[in-house]
Amino acid sequence: MTATKRGLDSAVVFVVLLLAWQALHQIVGATALPAPLPTLAYFARFVPSERFAENAWATLVCFFYALILSYAIGLAIGLWLGIHRLSGAVGEPILISLYTLPKVTLYPVVLLIFGLSLSGRVTFGAMHGVLPVALLTMGAIRNIPPVYLKSARTLRISKWQTIVSVLFPATLPEVVAGLRIGFSLTLLGVLLAEMFAAKHGLGFLIINAMQLLQGEEMITVAVVLFVFAALANAFLLWIEHRLHRGV
Amino acid sequence: MSMTRVGWLRIAVLVIAIGLLEVCCRVGLIDHRVVIPPSEMADALVRLLISGQANEQIVRTFGIVVAAALISVVLGFALGATIHALPRVRHALDPFFATYYAVPIFIFYPVLIVMFGLSIMPIVLMGVATAIVAMIIATLNGLDRVPRVLTKVARVHHMGTIVTALRLKLPAAAPHLFTGVKLAVSYAFIGVIASEFILAPVGLGRVISDAYSDFNNRKMYALMLLLVIVATVVNMLLHVLDQRWAERRGLGKP
Repeated sequence: MTATKRGLDSAVVFVVLLLAWQALHQIVGATALPAPLPTLAYFARFVPSERFAENAWATLVCFFYALILSYAIGLAIGLWLGIHRLSGAVGEPILISLYTLPKVTLYPVVLLIFGLSLSGRVTFGAMHGVLPVALLTMGAIRNIPPVYLKSARTLRISKWQTIVSVLFPATLPEVVAGLRIGFSLTLLGVLLAEMFAAKHGLGFLIINAMQLLQGEEMITVAVVLFVFAALANAFLLWIEHRLHRGV
Repeated sequence: MSMTRVGWLRIAVLVIAIGLLEVCCRVGLIDHRVVIPPSEMADALVRLLISGQANEQIVRTFGIVVAAALISVVLGFALGATIHALPRVRHALDPFFATYYAVPIFIFYPVLIVMFGLSIMPIVLMGVATAIVAMIIATLNGLDRVPRVLTKVARVHHMGTIVTALRLKLPAAAPHLFTGVKLAVSYAFIGVIASEFILAPVGLGRVISDAYSDFNNRKMYALMLLLVIVATVVNMLLHVLDQRWAERRGLGKP
């Protein structure tokens, strides 16, 4: 199938989605779900506004800290469990069950420890992102062909050098996949934290708009987040594909 | 034998972690208003279950999870099979599936509340929304791996579309479908609990968030413990089933 044809098909899906939105709006009414066009008009007015910028910045700062924590802790755990086989065998099922746990339920614990503060939201975001990063990093290290490590041993290079010049390049594509999933989940964690209890941020803005029955604002913020996450994902996916081709 | 050693070590790690938390709480290193000792959590949970105070909410929430998971599995399989039969639709939808779990779909929960009111509806829909796409993707993957020869066999034997689907394709795709079921169950769980927690009239998530607001730590930690136990047990059961299945397939190979 040619690229243009595929693009056309995806465009058709997009149009069908818009039509479904319009139809749903006709059924449930304007208060429950505003129509696409008025929402677009609101979008154009709201996104350049000061209020939007302030809250988007609050979310972005929180997300940035949470992401750094997710990546640093996730990579450290993944590296340790990947290199030390016994720790990996012991730890993997524990990490997997933590991964499948609905972490929202643990948010009150975070709140009791940190209070309604930035550090609480950052911690909660990081709690979501750490596990996929750790699990995929561990998997990547385990999947290294043994011959790589044997050559490193034959060449008598140090442990640190082995990590930098053998482990790092060989595991990069899979690790980047972990970072990509960690990115999405950290964002989800930060937004959930803002939705549950916060006075700033895009998550707060959505809940606030819901309470005021401002459908346009709610959908505008949701769409902005949607597009941000989708673009970031596409970008990281693109890097991942390039790395796979490079190996 | 080394497997059992690893298993024992894992139990030891968990016991030590819980014991350490217990000691820290008892000694006063961790404030009682922040975290209560694990033994007290268990005690509170047992008392809460015996008193029957929260039973209605517990049954309701797990009922919604089961309903959302069932809807996702059945509808997801039907949609997956339909999309698989229409290659052009599938190609058009591929980018959509690839990004679905990368975007925080949960931000649409408030939209659902405004549309359907503060009722059971938005919660079920959120559970289905988080779970169904995993099932669709698993169905597509499973059907992709049905050997060509099976479809040819079906044609040689003049089997109808539905008979082919049920007697040949379904068993051949089963392992992938089971992965879908596994994901659908744990995603439905997350979607339902998160929805109830953020905003819901009743339900387990709501009870936990109320207990938090009322500084009722015993009740809060008791129900958290319940959720952690149920989620872990369900995931472990699914994992064991999955592995059994994989083993049986391994033995069945010629």
